Amino acid sequence: MLGQLAASLTDGLLLGFVYGLAAMGLTLIWGVMSVINLAHGPIIALGMFGTYLLFSHLGLNPYLAVVLVALLGLPVGFLIYGAAVHRVINAPHLSSLLATFAVNMIIIGVGTAIFSTSPQNIDFSMGTLEMGPLTVPGTRLVAAFGSLLFTAGLYLFLYFSRPGKAIRAVANNRRAAELMGIPSSLVLALSFGLGTLLAAAAGGLIATFFPFTILSGGSYELKSFVICVLGGLGHPLGALLGGLILGGLEGLVPTFMPVSWVPVVEFGLFVLVLLVRPRGLMGARK
Amino acid sequence: MKFWRQPGFWLPLVIIFAWGLTILLLHQDTARETAFTLLMFVALASSLNILLGYTGYVSFGHIVFFGVGGYFGFYLLSQHDWSLLPAALAGGIVSALIAGLLGLAILRLRGAYFALATIGINEAARAFVDNFSPFGGATGMFVNFSAYQPYGGPGPALWTTFTYLWLITLAVLVVSYLVKHSRFGLGLLAIREDEDAAMVMGVKAPRAKTIAFMLSAFAPGMVGTLYFFKNGNVEPGDAFQLHMSIEMLVIVMLGGMGTVSGPLVGSVTYVGLRGYLLTSPLFKSLHLAVAGLILLLIILFVPTGAVGWVRTRLPWLRRALE
Amino acid sequence: MKSLRCYPVILLVVLGLLLPGAASSALAAEKTVVIGFTASKTGKFNVEATRQINGLHLWMEQVNAKGGVKLPDGTVVKFADKYYDDESKKERVQELYTKLISADKADFLISPYSSPLADASAVIAQQYNKIMITTGAASDSTYKKGFTLVYQTYTPASRYLTGAVDLLAKLAPQAKTIAIINEKDKFSTDVVTALKAYAEGKGYKIALFEGYDSGTTDFAPFINKIPQPVGAIMGGGHFADTTTFAKQLYEKKINTSMIALLVAPPEPKFAELGAACISVVGSSQWEPAVKYSSEAAKKAGVEYFGISAVDFTKSYQAKYEGEIPSYHSAGGYVAGLILQKAIQQAGSTDTAKVKAVLDKMNMMTFYGDIKFDTSPKNHGLQVGHEMVYIQWQHDKQGKAVKEIVWPEAAATAAAIVCPKR
Repeated sequence: MLGQLAASLTDGLLLGFVYGLAAMGLTLIWGVMSVINLAHGPIIALGMFGTYLLFSHLGLNPYLAVVLVALLGLPVGFLIYGAAVHRVINAPHLSSLLATFAVNMIIIGVGTAIFSTSPQNIDFSMGTLEMGPLTVPGTRLVAAFGSLLFTAGLYLFLYFSRPGKAIRAVANNRRAAELMGIPSSLVLALSFGLGTLLAAAAGGLIATFFPFTILSGGSYELKSFVICVLGGLGHPLGALLGGLILGGLEGLVPTFMPVSWVPVVEFGLFVLVLLVRPRGLMGARK
Repeated sequence: MKFWRQPGFWLPLVIIFAWGLTILLLHQDTARETAFTLLMFVALASSLNILLGYTGYVSFGHIVFFGVGGYFGFYLLSQHDWSLLPAALAGGIVSALIAGLLGLAILRLRGAYFALATIGINEAARAFVDNFSPFGGATGMFVNFSAYQPYGGPGPALWTTFTYLWLITLAVLVVSYLVKHSRFGLGLLAIREDEDAAMVMGVKAPRAKTIAFMLSAFAPGMVGTLYFFKNGNVEPGDAFQLHMSIEMLVIVMLGGMGTVSGPLVGSVTYVGLRGYLLTSPLFKSLHLAVAGLILLLIILFVPTGAVGWVRTRLPWLRRALE
Repeated sequence: MKSLRCYPVILLVVLGLLLPGAASSALAAEKTVVIGFTASKTGKFNVEATRQINGLHLWMEQVNAKGGVKLPDGTVVKFADKYYDDESKKERVQELYTKLISADKADFLISPYSSPLADASAVIAQQYNKIMITTGAASDSTYKKGFTLVYQTYTPASRYLTGAVDLLAKLAPQAKTIAIINEKDKFSTDVVTALKAYAEGKGYKIALFEGYDSGTTDFAPFINKIPQPVGAIMGGGHFADTTTFAKQLYEKKINTSMIALLVAPPEPKFAELGAACISVVGSSQWEPAVKYSSEAAKKAGVEYFGISAVDFTKSYQAKYEGEIPSYHSAGGYVAGLILQKAIQQAGSTDTAKVKAVLDKMNMMTFYGDIKFDTSPKNHGLQVGHEMVYIQWQHDKQGKAVKEIVWPEAAATAAAIVCPKR
């Protein structure tokens, strides 16, 4: 029993790191500009496909491909911001929700046309780590480590670089930042791009150990909502924490009840947190 | 004000009435199938409009009432041999009651938080039904083919279902209009504009929102029962499709939120467009992308939707296009 | 000029001999029977569905090439198909079958691949009074719904994996427990419900009995719940998820005596898993090495109809660039074959007459026996056909190949225990 618990918890936590990375992009965008990016899921899926294509057609090492795909996520974010979000940034929330959702539909529609909905797989093995009762596929360990690297990178950027400080300033008080000479629109675009970068990276990492389709992003998007609320909007570290909690839950809950009850627990927890402590664990920015 | 004289009232009703009658008289199956989908969306979108358009609360998971009410109604139909209309009504009532209960919890939330909570509820409901054995669990429920006999066989049963849907849609449009032009509706519109100010002015916001929420859940519950009866079975995956929720939203926005005829215009445009795109070889795989593009353009440039735009540009049509 | 006067007479005689011939061949009307279906050209069922359509198209090509079916009144029936992509989605199936019947005027219907989609299409077929042959659909539940025009080609789910228990008893008599992890859809659920009852009846303890949602990619929570040691692991669902499950079982180095999974193992594509596929057992509706033939039919006292197994495999590979047919391909082919035989025997394309023939059908084909249950409770259920069990093993060159390991009478190799991982 204990061995099973240890194995489940390990699996769950390792996955939780990647969930956290996936949610980090969403929470960053939300915290900086109060926009819930409903195109988050398809971007994760694009990250998956990008990594897969680079791996299968160019023979690139998948982890190298993840980095490339993440870098590509940046201009994609700029594009989405400029096309859909910029005009409605000051409008009621419904507008930005629907605008990003429209982008979601467009990406899924075009993606389905190009890739169809048949599942794809990256056949890449990093061996298996065995420690007592634990048997961990290497790809999951590397993915968790990769998520930590990206998180660290994000923090270094936000706290030690000029653009990063500008982002934090705009997140804090946009008007004051503008008065200080910060070009807020550019900064918002950059934040959005960062958010999509993180989402694409998470997608790429997930693709190294799970099969995926263009629609796979949807379930990670839902998990990201839960995580963002759990961790507190606008706090990337909160997202990581929330991801670990969710992953841990997904690992632990099945030990005590049929696995298919996990979504009920997840979303029940989600609604509960929204009602009881909507600011989340680390407190929301706004 | 004698509301039944206002063109804004009877125009959408006459359109739906005439169209349904034509379908019934033509007695063609493919025409009926298309009309069924359309009427279904009109009813669903109009219901959502009461919550979204009048009260200003964005629900991304409104399909949960379609699923929950539909499941309950279908349960009565298939496991307890209820007849269609009572089962549908029961589905609607249960749906409204659940909305009331849920509303107590989540209507306190504002804006984006409320929207996310509705998504969470839809997913939780689907996962719950997936595990709930009286409702068939993951494999769902089905009606034995003999269930169509009391209606005179499968053919007449499908026509009866269509007729009920037609009548429900008419009823929803009437309710939508009446709400908009009542004191209650005025309170809702005030909540939409500024909830705190509305409360200061004496609108009992919590109660009004709950009633609006329950009203918006009633028709989807009935429509769900009819839809599953027509299909002959129901599974969790069919009943709680987030996708359908979003389509309802697109239709309301496209047509013009907060208007009575908006959902009607939106449904016709959206379903018509989708139907065309799905059968056109060029656009078949791109229909979702095109729909998304249209939604984006509407949000960016015409946020009041088609009806809203017409009302602004052509003021003399305002009385006809409520 | 006597000889010249003969010519017109000779001409007339010759014409007189030719014309009736010409007239009668003009009178032999040709009728095209439209067979309507949807296929999952995209979506999660696309691998299996493509095989199924390939089989059906091969049949259609062959029957039309042989001149179609000749009816007693002289009409020659040729077949044409009309199909759409259902994207592996239920809503599309219902819309499209309604379209096939009302707008495209399909005469007979074949189901899409997979039990949930076939179930959705069967409703429409019955509603509009059209005969449907289901293939690629094993769930028993479809035939408990009171349909009278829907006929099943596949061995039903209730008899799908029970042979694996018998095989386990022979292969690893010391095994006492079985873990069952299945997809939560009608087909897989029907299979494991019958499997559980059968296994418990044979004295096995079911160590784990859980279902996963369709589309699951993470099987770790389930794998972690398998108590070690366990005698056998059985279950799965459809191709995509079962393959992922097998892969993750291998990655997690789970040790057991036998792994028996649904749908995926008999697919040649399963070999792409590499080392993870070795020793996995799957039950198959048909394999190229089966021993159904006209001799076997004579011995069993039933009629044999249609192509032989060897010729089917040869012509399939010839038409589809060397692709080895799987049982999904055979299922597609035999669905058409059943219709062909029914129309031929009924001497008509009228629904009621064809139905009467189908109800009485009892024949052997390259695919196996075909006989339908006609009791009102289970009308249309396939009662003649049996499953064969295959296992992936290394051949002498070290390449992964499928061997038939059960029933012993049909076996091409002995079964092997799952190697220690």
